[in-house]
Amino acid sequence: MQTIYKDVLIIGAGLAGERAAAEAAGAGLSAVCLSIVPARRSHSAAAMGGMQAALANSIMGEGDSTDVHFSDTVKGSDWGCDQEVARLFADTAPVEMRRLCDWGVPWNRVVPGKSKYFKGGKQFDKEEKEEKRGLITARNFGGTAKWRTCYVSDGTGHSVLYTMDNRCAQLGVEVHDKVEAIALIQDGETCYGAIARSLRTGELVAYIAKATMVASGGFGKIYKASTNAVICDGGVHGAVLDTGVVPLGNMEAVQFHPTGIVPTDILVTEGCRGDGGTLLDVNEERFMHIYEPEKAELASRDVVARWMTHHMREGKGVPSPYGEHLWLDIRHLGEKHITGKLREVYEICTSFLGVDPIHQLIPVRPTQHYSMGGVRTNKDGAAYGLKGLFSAGESACWDMHGFNRLGGNSLAETVVAGGIVGHKIVEFLENYECSIPTAVISRTAAKQQQRIDDIISGANGKENVYRVREAMQDALDKGAHVFRTEEGLTKCVETLQETLQRARKVGLQTDGYGASPELSAALKIEGQVKLALCVAYGALQRKESRGSHNREDYPARNDRDWLTRTLAYWKNPDDDLPTLEYEDATPSYEIPPGDRGYGKMQIISADSKEES
Amino acid sequence: MARQLKFNIFRFNPQNPESIPHMESYILEETDSMTLFIALNRIREEQDGSLQFDFCCRAGICGSCAMVINGRPGLACHTKTKDLPLEITLTPLPVFKLVGDLSVDTGTWFRSMYNKVESWIHTDKVFDANAIEDPMENDIAEDVYELDRCIECGCCVAACGTARLRDDFMGAAALNRLGRFVVDPRDKRTDKQYFDVIGSDEGIFGCMGLLACEDVCPKNLPLMNQLSYLRRKMGIVAIKQMFKK
Ligand SMILES: Cc1cc2nc3c(=O)[nH]c(=O)nc-3n(C[C@H](O)[C@H](O)[C@H](O)COP(=O)(O)OP(=O)(O)OC[C@H]3O[C@@H](n4cnc5c(N)ncnc54)[C@H](O)[C@@H]3O)c2cc1C
Ligand code: SF4
Ligand code: SF4
Ligand code: FES
Repeated sequence: MQTIYKDVLIIGAGLAGERAAAEAAGAGLSAVCLSIVPARRSHSAAAMGGMQAALANSIMGEGDSTDVHFSDTVKGSDWGCDQEVARLFADTAPVEMRRLCDWGVPWNRVVPGKSKYFKGGKQFDKEEKEEKRGLITARNFGGTAKWRTCYVSDGTGHSVLYTMDNRCAQLGVEVHDKVEAIALIQDGETCYGAIARSLRTGELVAYIAKATMVASGGFGKIYKASTNAVICDGGVHGAVLDTGVVPLGNMEAVQFHPTGIVPTDILVTEGCRGDGGTLLDVNEERFMHIYEPEKAELASRDVVARWMTHHMREGKGVPSPYGEHLWLDIRHLGEKHITGKLREVYEICTSFLGVDPIHQLIPVRPTQHYSMGGVRTNKDGAAYGLKGLFSAGESACWDMHGFNRLGGNSLAETVVAGGIVGHKIVEFLENYECSIPTAVISRTAAKQQQRIDDIISGANGKENVYRVREAMQDALDKGAHVFRTEEGLTKCVETLQETLQRARKVGLQTDGYGASPELSAALKIEGQVKLALCVAYGALQRKESRGSHNREDYPARNDRDWLTRTLAYWKNPDDDLPTLEYEDATPSYEIPPGDRGYGKMQIISADSKEES
Repeated sequence: MARQLKFNIFRFNPQNPESIPHMESYILEETDSMTLFIALNRIREEQDGSLQFDFCCRAGICGSCAMVINGRPGLACHTKTKDLPLEITLTPLPVFKLVGDLSVDTGTWFRSMYNKVESWIHTDKVFDANAIEDPMENDIAEDVYELDRCIECGCCVAACGTARLRDDFMGAAALNRLGRFVVDPRDKRTDKQYFDVIGSDEGIFGCMGLLACEDVCPKNLPLMNQLSYLRRKMGIVAIKQMFKK
C-alpha cells in the first residue's frame, strides 16, 4: 500500500477545500486535496445564481452593511444558527469577494445609468451611480433586505471554482482526483489522515497528515430526488460517524426546492414563478392560490414546497414512470420572454427533457437541495471529538445556516469558511507535533481491506447494493421529506433500521476489479443508511417546526424547549440508532429570537420557560 | 408502444487481466424524457454493475460525461435518446487515457494543460484586505467570462485531428484558455510571453484549422474566432522576432 505524507490532508476539492488548501499552501505548508472527480467538476461548479456579500455597490444594495447581512442570515436560520459564526461570516464575506477579484474571477460590474428590472412580473427602473462604475455589482435573491448577491453571468460557481483551482495550481497544491476517502485514520482522540481508494486502479492508499479537513460537500443523494451532483453521497460523513466520537450536527435540517424537473432533478430557477409562471395539478388546474390566497406561487421556497407536497398527497399529482409530479406552466409568458429572460430554463427543458416550454408544461416536484447539517465544528472549524480534524463548506455544521440557509449564502460560506478554517489550521500546526502510531494506520488499512474482500466474496451476504439504496431512498422520501409527522417518521426509522441490517449484508454481483463502481457503492451504503437514520431519528425527536424542519403535529416553533442543536453520534458500530445529544443553538445572542418575517408561524417563546 | 433501444457499449477493464476490449450490447425500453444519463444508470443498476462511466452534475455543467455517441463526441447527460436511432453506440473519448469502459482520465490531461499555459493571473499586485477592488468595465468582465465558460469536457480535443496525431498538441481548449488571460487586463503577461507558451507546432501553429473542435463544443465557445485571433497575434510576434535576429 502506498503511503503519502503531507502537513494538511483535505478531503474534497470543491470551493471550501481548495480555499483552505490555498491558505495552507500560502503559509508554506504542504497540502493535498482528494476528490472523486477532477477538482473543477466538483459540485461548486454547478451553482449559477451567486454568492452573498454586503459590498453595497449596486444602487439596490445601497444602505447594505455586514449588520444587515448578519440579521438576514439569523432570521433566515429561524434562530437556529450560531450567531457568533454568522457574524464572522457576514463580516468576512466582502473581503473574500475582493480577494477572488484579485485572483481572477470575472465578476459582473456596475454599469452606470438607467436600466430596468423585474419583480413579480412587473417592470421597474433603477439608475446606477457613476462613482460606482466598474465595482462588483449584485443581483436580487430571495430572503434578503438588499441586493447583495455577487455573480458571474449564469456561471458563478464555475468561474469561482476555476479561479480557485488556478490559484491552487499556482501555489503548488496537489489535487489527487479519482481518489475516494473511505475511512479516517484515528485512535479515538487524534486524527492522522485517511484511507482512500484509487478510482483508477482500486488500490488503497494511506494519506497521513497532522491536520485533516473534511470538505466533501452535501449528502443529498441519500434522497432519491436531489438537485445535487451524483457524487454528493455522504461517503465521508459515513466515515466520520464511524469514528464513534465525532458528532454530526442538525442532520434533520434538510432544504427542499420546489422546482426540480422530473426525471433528472435538475433545478429550474424560482425566477419562473417570480415572472408569473404558475403551478398546475393533474387536471391542469392552479392550486397555490387555494392555500396561499395572497402570495400564491410567490410564497417562499419552503412554503411552496409544502403545499405542492400536500396537493400531491390529496391525489392531485401527475403519475409518471419516475413517480408523481406537478406541472410548471410558463407558456403564457410568451416566446420572447422565455427565450430571453428565462433562457437558461428554456435550455434545460429542451436539452434535458425534450420539452418545449413555450408550448408544453414542465414536470416538476419538490426536490432535496441543501444539507444544513454536517460535521459539527466549533467556530474555528475544528471538529468536536477528534484533535487534528477540521471541516468546512456544505459538509460541515459550522452553523451559520441553522435550520434554513438563504440562497447565495452557501457559496459565500465555502470561501469564507475555507479561508478562516484554513488559517486556523495553519495556526494549529505552528505549535503542534504528533507522533504517528503506525499500528493505527496498518490496523485501519487492514480493516478496510477486509471489508473490501468480504464485499467482493459475499462473505456477509448477497444483498444487491442498488436495491438497498432504493429502500433507503424510498424510506426517506416517504417519511422524512417536506412534511414530517410522528407516525411517518416512526415508520421511516423502523424501515431504515431494517435497511441497515440489509446494508451490512451487501455482496457484489460482479467481479469488483479495479475502479468497480458497484464496489464503491457497496463500501458506503452502510454509512449512508446511518446518515439517513440520523436525519430521520433527529427529526422524530425534534417536536417543533423550525426553518425547513416541518412537523405537522408540532406546527409551532418552540423556542422554550428547542432552541438547540442536535448532535448525532454513532457510538458503537453495531448500534442500530444514533445517540442524540443537544447543545444550545448559539453561545450568545446579538439578536434575540423573533419573527423570521415569512410564512405564517406560531412561536412558543423562550420566555415562557420560567412559567412552565 | 415504447421503443426497444439497443446499446452497443465499449467494454474493457485494464485492471482485470482477463479483460479484452470488445463491444457489448444491452437492451432497454425507452421511457419519457430519457437521457443517456438515465439509460446508462439503469443498465448499470439492473443489468451489469461493473459498467464504468462518469457523471457528476448530470446537467451539462461539469463536463464529466463526454463520450463518443454514435461516432461523435458529446455530453451524455445532455443527450436524449429520442434524438437517437434505435441502435446507440457508445465508446470512450480518444486521446485521453482509458480508465475503464466509457471512463477516461481527463483530469491529468487538463491539469498538465493548465500548468503548461500557466492558467492563472500573472501580476505583481499583492492583495490588500482593506482596499476596495480595482474597477473593471462590465463589458470586459463579460468578454473574459465568455472564454472562461469551457468545462474541460475534452470533446474538442477528442475531435481534433492534430491532437490524435501528436500527444504534445495543446488543443483548442488550451488555446482558448490562454485567450481568456490575453483579454483579461489583470494579467500582465506580454505578447512575447504568450508566444513562448503557444508559438509553436504544439500550440497555435499545429492547428490545421478544420474546426472540428468548434462543431462539437457543447458550450458553443467561439473557438474559431479564438484560434484565428491568436494565430494572427502570434504571427505578428513571430515576424517581429525574425527581424530582431
Ligand atoms: C443546483 C444547485 C445550485 C446551487 N446554486 C447555489 C447558488 O447559486 N448560490 C449558493 O450560495 N449556493 C448554491 N448551491 C449550493 C452550493 O453550490 C454548495 O453548497 C457548495 O458549492 C458546496 O461546496 P463545497 O466546497 O462544500 O463542496 P463541493 O463543491 O460539493 O465539493 C465536494 C468535494 O468533495 C469531494 N468528495 C466527496 N466525497 C469524497 C470522498 N469520499 N473522497 C474524496 N473526495 C470526496 C468531491 O469530489 C468534491 O471535490 C447550489 C446547489 C445546487 C445543488
Ligand atoms: S481547428 Fe485546430 S484545434 Fe480545432 S480541431 Fe482542427 S486542428 Fe484541432
Ligand atoms: S472548449 Fe468546449 S469542447 Fe473543448 S473542453 Fe472546453 S467546453 Fe469542452
Ligand atoms: S454530468 Fe456534468 S456535464 Fe454531463
